[in-house]
Amino acid sequence: MIINSQGIVNFITDNFIVDDYWKYLANGFLVTIQVTIFAFIIGFGLGIFLAMIRVAHKDLAPSWKTPSGILINILNKIANAYITIIRGTPTTVQLLIMFNVVLINLHNLKLVAILTFGLNSAAYMAEIFRSGIQAVNPGEKEAARSLGLSYLQSMSRIVMPQAFRNCLPSFGNEVITLFKETSISGFIGLVDLTRGAGILISKTFKAAPPYFASALIYLIVVLILEQIFHALERRVSHD
Amino acid sequence: MIKLSNLYKNFDDLEVLRGVNLDIKPSEKVVIIGPSGSGKSTMLRCMNLLEKPTHGEIIFKGQIINQEHVDINKVRENMGMVFQQFNLFSNLNVLENLTLAPIMRNHLNQEEADSKAIELLNRIGLVDKIDNFPNQLSGGQQQRIAIARALMMDPDLLLFDEPTSALDPEMVGEVLDLMTELAEAGMTMAVVTHEMGFAREVANRIIFIDEGIIVEDSYDPKNFFDNPQQERTKQFLSKIL
Ligand SMILES: Nc1ncnc2c1ncn2[C@@H]1O[C@H](COP(=O)(O)OP(=O)(O)O)[C@@H](O)[C@H]1O
Ligand SMILES: [Mg+2]
Repeated sequence: MIINSQGIVNFITDNFIVDDYWKYLANGFLVTIQVTIFAFIIGFGLGIFLAMIRVAHKDLAPSWKTPSGILINILNKIANAYITIIRGTPTTVQLLIMFNVVLINLHNLKLVAILTFGLNSAAYMAEIFRSGIQAVNPGEKEAARSLGLSYLQSMSRIVMPQAFRNCLPSFGNEVITLFKETSISGFIGLVDLTRGAGILISKTFKAAPPYFASALIYLIVVLILEQIFHALERRVSHD
Repeated sequence: MIKLSNLYKNFDDLEVLRGVNLDIKPSEKVVIIGPSGSGKSTMLRCMNLLEKPTHGEIIFKGQIINQEHVDINKVRENMGMVFQQFNLFSNLNVLENLTLAPIMRNHLNQEEADSKAIELLNRIGLVDKIDNFPNQLSGGQQQRIAIARALMMDPDLLLFDEPTSALDPEMVGEVLDLMTELAEAGMTMAVVTHEMGFAREVANRIIFIDEGIIVEDSYDPKNFFDNPQQERTKQFLSKIL
């Protein structure tokens, strides 16, 4: 094969420019980004909530006699079951169940994907946050309580800020995993970046260029995310 | 000030406190000694309810505090604790370590808290460390800051759980000096320590605890060391002195 500049131009023109082929990838990429961002928001919020429930249950050892104790006990059981089920089943199966069973009446494919990946990521983030919280020196929490701070005050001012710092690296990994995992969205017919590449192949009948192009896009975004998280880690460490 | 009445504490099957009775009056400086594992920390931690007693009563300033409907956070605002491992907040600098609780508990506003913190830091000679984080300080400095942090709440009672045991020997003195200063200023103190010099010179009362009960309770520290009344106290003192 002769590689020269004219050849490269022709190659790009034939595979990506003609008939606006690149738009399949560009539009797919936008969908991938949207799904990732909104799923991340759900996963982050719900993940912290689940982690707080599990930690509060462990810290407070609530009795089954008081109303708030009963509430925490029940929430803890639900959180445990939720985390176990989500982490114990493939994301693809979860996506298909959401699409075909749970959200059968929801015809917005993007929303189905956002909810699925968000609920999925929440289980993983909950475990990350929980281990980050438990890595905080328990003596500091006791010191805060001994000064009169309430449980929530000591969590929000002492424990959680340190927990975030502790779990930033695993947290970055989880965001990257989430971003890459959205590539199974095609299973429910959502045209994300991967599916966009597939459609492009059905036009050009050449598999390599669209797949390699999409792989390159994923890679670039992952590298950017890694840089962002490294910068965050540097910012929060004051040693 | 604080009274423990027939106090029991079990950890599952382990009976750690087995009927402790102790009444600490205002301005008393009580030193608590006893073998490792005898329940000294547990007793101290029951006083501010970091541990929940299994049985018995804790009465602080006339109020039974180990019962329902007591706002334990409010009670703890008046009862400071100093820990063996300092436990400064590692995500906060020295100033923030001092001002967090009085601000969060609405005792002081930001300005009042700042100026009170600076005053205290001046008193303990650490005002130049105001922007440092705990991991940038020596053990002795950290423990003095931890004491200042407790003082920010103007507590009526200070609990010390082996405040010098985690320190390098050359730093023990600076912490004991500060504690002595507090004692002389009239602070009510309950101090678990192995520093027998401090016990002899500063305490007005010494309690020897073994296997979860108070074996000896003396209002005469010097005589306590020279002339212990109980056989178990004699054995213990002969091992450590
Ligand atoms: N949270 C806990 N759970 C179980 N056992 C404990 C706990 N805290 C202390 N103990 C046990 O209680 C006993 C007394 O401990 P402690 O009060 O720390 O003794 P001291 O301070 O006199 O050395 C020890 O046997 C210790 O192992
Ligand atoms: Mg102890």
